[in-house]
Amino acid sequence: MSKLEIKDLHASVSTDSGDSEILRGVSLTVESGTTSAIMGPNGSGKSTLAYVLAGHPKYTVTSGTVTLDGQDVLGMSVDERARAGLFLAMQYPVEIPGVSVSNFLRTSITSLRGEAPKLRTWTKDMKEAMSELQMDPAFASRNVNEGFSGGEKKRHEILQLGLMEPKIAILDETDSGLDVDALKVVSEGVNRFQQKTNAGVLLITHYTRILKYIEPDVVHVFIDGRIVETGGPELANSLEADGYERFSAAKA
Amino acid sequence: MSAVATAPAKDLAPKILSRDPGAFEIPKGREEEWRYTPIRKIADFFVPQSWGSVGAVPSPFVNIVEPDDPRLSTTWMPTDRVSAVAFAGVKKVVLITIPADHIVEESIVVNLVGEMLNNYAHIEVQVGKFSRSQIVIIHDSAANVSGSIVTEVGDQAELTLLSVLDAEAPLKQHWNWTTNVGRDSRFLGLSISLGGEVVRMVPTVNYRAPGGSAEMLGAFLLEGDQYQEHRILVNHTEPHCVSNVVYKGALSGQGAHSVWVGDVLVRREAIGIQTYELNRNLLLNDGPRADSVPNLELETGDVVSAGHASATGRFDDEQLFYLQSRGIPESIARQLVVRGFFVDVLNRVNDRSLRKNLMERIEMRLGMVTHD
Ligand SMILES: Nc1ncnc2c1ncn2[C@@H]1O[C@H](COP(=O)(O)OP(=O)(O)OP(=O)(O)O)[C@@H](O)[C@H]1O
Ligand SMILES: [Mg+2]
Repeated sequence: MSKLEIKDLHASVSTDSGDSEILRGVSLTVESGTTSAIMGPNGSGKSTLAYVLAGHPKYTVTSGTVTLDGQDVLGMSVDERARAGLFLAMQYPVEIPGVSVSNFLRTSITSLRGEAPKLRTWTKDMKEAMSELQMDPAFASRNVNEGFSGGEKKRHEILQLGLMEPKIAILDETDSGLDVDALKVVSEGVNRFQQKTNAGVLLITHYTRILKYIEPDVVHVFIDGRIVETGGPELANSLEADGYERFSAAKA
Repeated sequence: MSAVATAPAKDLAPKILSRDPGAFEIPKGREEEWRYTPIRKIADFFVPQSWGSVGAVPSPFVNIVEPDDPRLSTTWMPTDRVSAVAFAGVKKVVLITIPADHIVEESIVVNLVGEMLNNYAHIEVQVGKFSRSQIVIIHDSAANVSGSIVTEVGDQAELTLLSVLDAEAPLKQHWNWTTNVGRDSRFLGLSISLGGEVVRMVPTVNYRAPGGSAEMLGAFLLEGDQYQEHRILVNHTEPHCVSNVVYKGALSGQGAHSVWVGDVLVRREAIGIQTYELNRNLLLNDGPRADSVPNLELETGDVVSAGHASATGRFDDEQLFYLQSRGIPESIARQLVVRGFFVDVLNRVNDRSLRKNLMERIEMRLGMVTHD
């Protein structure tokens, strides 16, 4: 059993016009075997939360705590967090010229496990994982995210999720840019991963569409850098119908 | 800091061709081709000195000959003061010959050795028609050298010429590298330059007949307050030829300064050619400066393709973050990114162990741990 605990997290980003606070007191918990959805309008700070949890150097945590099974996450480097069992599927995955997907994945797995995977089983595992996500095996020799379409990038993120088997996975808008068929394939990938590992999933999304395939236990409404309401799956449906105005109005 | 500029169109071909150093003025630094070079640091390269000569161990394909040996090219002419002085002063020539129709599978490795701290050098490479070979020239890593490499690629021959300069000491080297490409022949020049206080490489590609293909690829690395200049001229005078120029540079350190100038001249007669040139520079920290000047001069519009690209960028923190977020420690992440940066140039080194060795040299210089 694993538990990611976020308590009263405040974080800011430094811009040309000074520091600006984006996370304004986020508290939430994600446990093994559960799925939490975070829904909120554009610019509310959802990706910032994801980045801060992963340790992106652009953001500064000004107060609050994040622990994974009691361990202080904020004190860890980016790669230490990944090795501790945190994974972030990014909204905008980064292109790495000249580094092939297979080399990248192998280096990553080697770092996560502390030893290189056996070559034969590794090639087989990678091929299987790719075919489950309906990815052309040719992707293995392409450069990481270079020239990938939006949907291909997202599949590649979920491919990594399946191979890396984190304890807690944060999926930042994995559904955006996917057509219905791709959405299904990717969602099944996430569900397979969760069934296999019993990981905790924090699903950040804009739309309720993906929640048909990945059912959340809890839905958090995220506005202006904090969670303003928490409920069950039915909360997502009311958001679909009414939008975020109710909450924005409440805030103002 | 970086700068990209396109020089105004003008005739880029050398104006003076002579073996007499006196035919050339000593550059003052304001001349277009010397405007970046710290010429004070190489002032003695322009005036005849009593320097040693660069030699190599003779082998079936390698001979050491006198500068007036009848086998040497009589048509080659220095195009600047520094190479005229070098040729006037050199006492021996390294002559590398691949006979016609010869297919040489193994790389021919030529280790250049200077007699003194300061040396002149002259290397001539003659590959006969229909031959195929790969020649690796390892420069003296502890000597100052001023010299030329003259390469004749026979009709329908295939030649890969790899030049490796891995400077240990803060040395100075100046090389004019002229390649004449024969009918339907294929030339791949690979220039790897690591370190050096002042390194100036001036490769020129000429075409002797239609149908030739020439690629000039380079990888260079600068640290501290090193200076490197790569000034390439591709002179398309023949129809239906191909040129491809790709140079990648990585710079770190406060005063490091690299200059890449890619002049491609397409003459009126050179119809149906294809040309492309690219320079990318990776700044590993704040401080280094990379000048990049692609320059394409077209006298005919009747070409298949002609293009250039140039970019200089900082080490991308987003790439590092992405890799690290997958559990990869920072040092290995940096190594991956730098390897990826150079990979398209280094992958062209056919010899596997040599390729690995070059990558390790680069990583060692960047202070990166080597793994796997
Ligand atoms: N590096 C940065 N520099 C300046 N502003 C930033 C930076 N990162 C985030 N912001 C600002 O913080 C706010 C929250 O951005 P964030 O990307 O976290 O929103 P989001 O909820 O993920 O939006 P979306 O639904 O569009 O993905 C926005 O106003 C954004 O402009
Ligand atoms: Mg976002």
